[in-house]
Amino acid sequence: MNMELTFPEDAREGRVRSNRNLSGFERWASIVAGAGLTAYGMSRLKNNGWMYAGLGGLLLRRGVTAHCDLYEAFGINTAGDAGDTRAALRGSRGVNVLESVTINRSIEELYRFWRNLENLPQFMRHLESVEKVTDTISHWKAKGPGGTTVEWNAEIYNEEPSKLIAWRSIEGSDVVSAGSVNFDNAGPGRGTRVTVNLQYSPPGGKIGARIARLFGRDAATEIREDLRRFKQLVEAGEVPTTSGQPRG
Amino acid sequence: MKALCWYGTNDVRVERVPDPRILNPRDAIVKITLTAICGSDLHLLDGFIPTMKRGDILGHEFMGEVVDVGPENKKLKVGDRVVVPFTIACGRCYFCERQLWSACDNSNPNAWMLEELYGFSGSGLFGYSHMMGGYAGGQAEYVRVPFADVGPYKVPDGLADEQVLFLTDIFPTGYMAAENCSITPGDTVAVWGCGPVGQFCIASAWLLGAGRVIAIDREPERLQMAAARNKAEVIDLTQADVYEKLKDMTGGRGPDACIDAVGMEAHGNTIGDWYDKAKTATMMATDRLGALRQAIHCCRKGGTVSIPGVYGGLLDKVPMGAAFGKGLTLKMGQTHVHRYLPLLMQRIERGEIDPSFVITHRLRLEDAPDAYRTFRDKKDGCVKVVLRP
Repeated sequence: MNMELTFPEDAREGRVRSNRNLSGFERWASIVAGAGLTAYGMSRLKNNGWMYAGLGGLLLRRGVTAHCDLYEAFGINTAGDAGDTRAALRGSRGVNVLESVTINRSIEELYRFWRNLENLPQFMRHLESVEKVTDTISHWKAKGPGGTTVEWNAEIYNEEPSKLIAWRSIEGSDVVSAGSVNFDNAGPGRGTRVTVNLQYSPPGGKIGARIARLFGRDAATEIREDLRRFKQLVEAGEVPTTSGQPRG
Repeated sequence: MKALCWYGTNDVRVERVPDPRILNPRDAIVKITLTAICGSDLHLLDGFIPTMKRGDILGHEFMGEVVDVGPENKKLKVGDRVVVPFTIACGRCYFCERQLWSACDNSNPNAWMLEELYGFSGSGLFGYSHMMGGYAGGQAEYVRVPFADVGPYKVPDGLADEQVLFLTDIFPTGYMAAENCSITPGDTVAVWGCGPVGQFCIASAWLLGAGRVIAIDREPERLQMAAARNKAEVIDLTQADVYEKLKDMTGGRGPDACIDAVGMEAHGNTIGDWYDKAKTATMMATDRLGALRQAIHCCRKGGTVSIPGVYGGLLDKVPMGAAFGKGLTLKMGQTHVHRYLPLLMQRIERGEIDPSFVITHRLRLEDAPDAYRTFRDKKDGCVKVVLRP
């Protein structure tokens, strides 16, 4: 089974994109260094401090706009093209999660449940809602950091009934993500193996993902718990809970 | 309502707490008519089980009357009189379908905790720590029962609470332990521990065709119950070398099957027992396993060691060489209560056994904290306590 996400030739190739060409890390490095250099220069203006302050200002601007004129001149781009799912998630970029679970239900039933993406928030805890726009395009709302909500549009770009569903965020979305789910027969009387592959470019890049892991919210764990809830929901008809029960 | 809550090692209290309510579609609420303290509750009292939280309601042996059912529960009706298995099972996963109810995939909301410890998680249990699901237990006036269209079993008219209460745990636990011995007619079965589970191991070994049952303990009242009520031959481990005695009694061959109905808090006086005491007291080990060591040592070649006694963590000095060298079969695990409940209910109805014989103390729920101590210290001839809310 090929678990790699494959992106078919994109018709929108070559469309105008944002002019960002700096990665998240480089942006913040520029802002911090720029601010420091500016402050240093301002404190000693008489001794050629204006030169430091000016350089600091340029760095600051580079960071804030996420655009570097020099990089543009030399054709360098470290931004991972936040607008383009293909570029953002290509190779080892972004966070890549693979988890699977075996469920005591038929392939057809599980496929139907998942193909209706509006069902996903029932077991994916970070999702607030998924609304159908067309048969293949949907609008996703998720809980962002600090109580914010992030929204994006996604399209199903590959589907094989009772086998595979693959989706990705549409170009230009704030959130860059892609996912696929595979269904296969686990053997006679053994149910269906459901394998989910998720890729996304996390806020703060890979460093952000590492920091998130320190706080116990790494993506693999989240997806594993999501899949567990999916299994509980379709097998047992409910997700077990104790919240709301009495205690002393 | 009133409920027995855990506040720390050696600290359980009866407190006023809110009444439980339906939380999931397949739930039911049961008004408790009779509940019991289990030997495994003592592991909680003694602080041997991790992931307990202050205020947790204990109790996993209980029965009563259904007073409310969830919208998806098509099996139970208000007014039904039921016994409730201590293991919680969804009835629809791979394991439930194969009658491995205590391995249910879907009933432990905190499955990830047990996965960290054990690799995979078993079913949720009532009132038995958060890694086992964190469900409020039934030493209370009311209890919420999840997946109540699968677990609770209706009690036929004409049977008293005391006759059927132990179908929730200890009778099926003793029965499964005996069944795990694969008894053939005439077999000799040795049982370590003559507490309530041990007594049901003895009774079940007889039901399954054992030729001889030998019971081992150090408490006179328990040995007396094993001998007088359950017709076992007995060995007082404080008076005899258990291995030598068993060898003598079995013509030098050893018992065909050995049951460890003691578990992680074994008391003994061999060098190994003192080693375990020192290690658990200094938090260097989680379990004391004198009974298990002895059961493995005494078992005949090619025999079976069956373990209904509860173990929780990593065991030190397990005589694996003896188990391997003699080609033993080891069987263990939480009881698949749902599998045995209908058949054992029938045996009670037919009068083949009356499980109420183990009861030595009948008390009120308010008396539970004292009852825990009496039971733990084995004072006053205490073998089994039942509580009426």
